[in-house]
Amino acid sequence: MLKIKNVSKVYEGGKKAVNNINLHIKKGEFIAFIGPSGCGKTTTMKLINRLIETTEGDIYIEGENIRDKNVVELRRSIGYVIQQIGLFPHMTIAENIALVPKLLNWPLEKRRKRAEELLKLVNMDPSYLERYPDELSGGQQQRIGVLRALAADPPLILMDEPFGALDPITRDGLQDEFKNLQQSLGKTIVFVTHDMDEAIKLADRIVIMRAGEIVQVGSPDDILREPANDFVEEFLGKHRIMESRPNLQTVKQIMNKNPVSITEDESLSQAIKMMRDKKVDSLLVVDNDNILKGFIDIEMIEENRKKQSSVYQIMETNLYTVEQNTLLRDTVRKILRNGMRYVPIVDEEKHLTGIVTRASLANIVYDSIWGDQELIP
Amino acid sequence: MEAFQTFLIEYGDQLLFKSWEHLYISFISIFLGVLVAVPLGIALTRVPKVADKIMSLVGIVQTFPTLAILAFFIPLLGIGKVPAIVALFFYSLLPILRNTYTGVHSLDQGLLDAGRGMGMTQWERIRMVELPLAMPVIMAGIRISTVYLIGWATLAAYIGAGGLGDFIFDGLNLFKTEFILAGAIPTTIMALVIDYLLGRLEERLTPEGIKDATETI
Ligand SMILES: Nc1ncnc2c1ncn2[C@@H]1O[C@H](COP(=O)(O)OP(=O)(O)OP(=O)(O)O)[C@@H](O)[C@H]1O
Ligand SMILES: [Mg+2]
Repeated sequence: MLKIKNVSKVYEGGKKAVNNINLHIKKGEFIAFIGPSGCGKTTTMKLINRLIETTEGDIYIEGENIRDKNVVELRRSIGYVIQQIGLFPHMTIAENIALVPKLLNWPLEKRRKRAEELLKLVNMDPSYLERYPDELSGGQQQRIGVLRALAADPPLILMDEPFGALDPITRDGLQDEFKNLQQSLGKTIVFVTHDMDEAIKLADRIVIMRAGEIVQVGSPDDILREPANDFVEEFLGKHRIMESRPNLQTVKQIMNKNPVSITEDESLSQAIKMMRDKKVDSLLVVDNDNILKGFIDIEMIEENRKKQSSVYQIMETNLYTVEQNTLLRDTVRKILRNGMRYVPIVDEEKHLTGIVTRASLANIVYDSIWGDQELIP
Repeated sequence: MEAFQTFLIEYGDQLLFKSWEHLYISFISIFLGVLVAVPLGIALTRVPKVADKIMSLVGIVQTFPTLAILAFFIPLLGIGKVPAIVALFFYSLLPILRNTYTGVHSLDQGLLDAGRGMGMTQWERIRMVELPLAMPVIMAGIRISTVYLIGWATLAAYIGAGGLGDFIFDGLNLFKTEFILAGAIPTTIMALVIDYLLGRLEERLTPEGIKDATETI
């Protein structure tokens, strides 16, 4: 899809911002560039859409040298989210989103529909279409900045720290939203960040840069497991290497393997007895093959005791489960954030294999941060 | 009051005609000024190195006394409306040029990058981004220019261009205060009214989304 070959960039004045980088990006891949400030990330982005020209080397998109393309057409075919959001303050949200379509002479009606459709994608009300950027929160503005890059449906999108200016909570939400978006749309994305968490969470491969050169390229797990050199290790930070342990652990490794469960054809009085014995106030319900069906809790029993007699009649079947081979790092945040008290863990065939409780997670997070520190004598 | 009425009866027609002439000279000059200075200002933002030099050059020209400039054009263009308009046009250039240049030059670089990066052509960037965003500053330049010009246009009478300046020069020659006032007062009123109208126009031309944040330079 995108091939960067021996590319260097020397700015006027002699500053070598990018030094002989090589990279091959596959279709549908999500690549994150990361590195300290001034290492050449933005420069690399701009080389790809020819906001600046390479001093040496070539860049190919779908096998075609970008040098040979009409520069305006090239840019219109690449989504671009700039580092400073860059919404046009004098254009409405609709006009901002549908800018490239406008440049491409789409009819008004179609542009309008496209803007509306995209806004829906990030759960924003169509009433925002007629507003102006300064009436929006920072998070909403960054969303619009991303939508604007998607508007003409380009196969390749460059994003320069699109979530840079956000507080951690908004950023977290937007990242989740965006990851879903990317997976459902199947875009190739080149993403710049200086936030390792962000890179790990979003990227298929991470490109670590330093002083204009690529230091290491690999999947988040590769890089965490085997940092190429001291610089990478330093960059990841001691703290992060420690954290990477739970990051690479699966849920299975830490779950409680003896969840309290009851089969669905048991009676309610049996359920109450079991709750009392095990000192719990809810039970996971399974069938005779140990396949998870739902759960019941003490309140549901209180409510229905006079009318019903069996567990399956009153159990709640709508519940959030996690597959046992899921990486822990993907689960922790969800559980902690959504305020769930526990999550049942299942295998591929939905057999109940364990449970993770909020309390046990808190311990794990705590250990990963403080566990390796020696006690001060 | 009575004197005022007699003056009006006697010179009313002439007053109207001179006012019209005055307005007409000023407007043509300012119109030509806008026509040249706005594109030139935008063009200069493309070559910042040259721009600095040109801006200071225009600044120097601006400090020449108006009368000297008017006189300077006599050998070239003779007397009458044409040299007056040309001279006033030169005067209108600087405020418009400076404001256009500053207005466009000081636009957020990120916005311009965004426009370029999204595939706007040069012309599209000027039309869709730079002009609308710099509009308040450019309009401020046009306003200042126009108000000054209406004042300076009185001097145009000196080289036979007509306008309200005729009254003033007559008044000075004949030591008639009412003639001086008959030139000065309409000129002032004209300047104030035009300034107000341009202010309204500025409001109309300023894009909706940046109205609150507008600051003039
Ligand atoms: N137009 C320019 N002219 C000269 N030097 C430049 C120019 N733009 C960037 N540089 C220099 O090139 C180097 C790389 O800049 P670049 O903007 O690519 O860094 P970055 O990795 O995006 O940094 P950040 O994380 O701060 O955004 C820096 O040393 C910068 O000062
Ligand atoms: Mg950057």
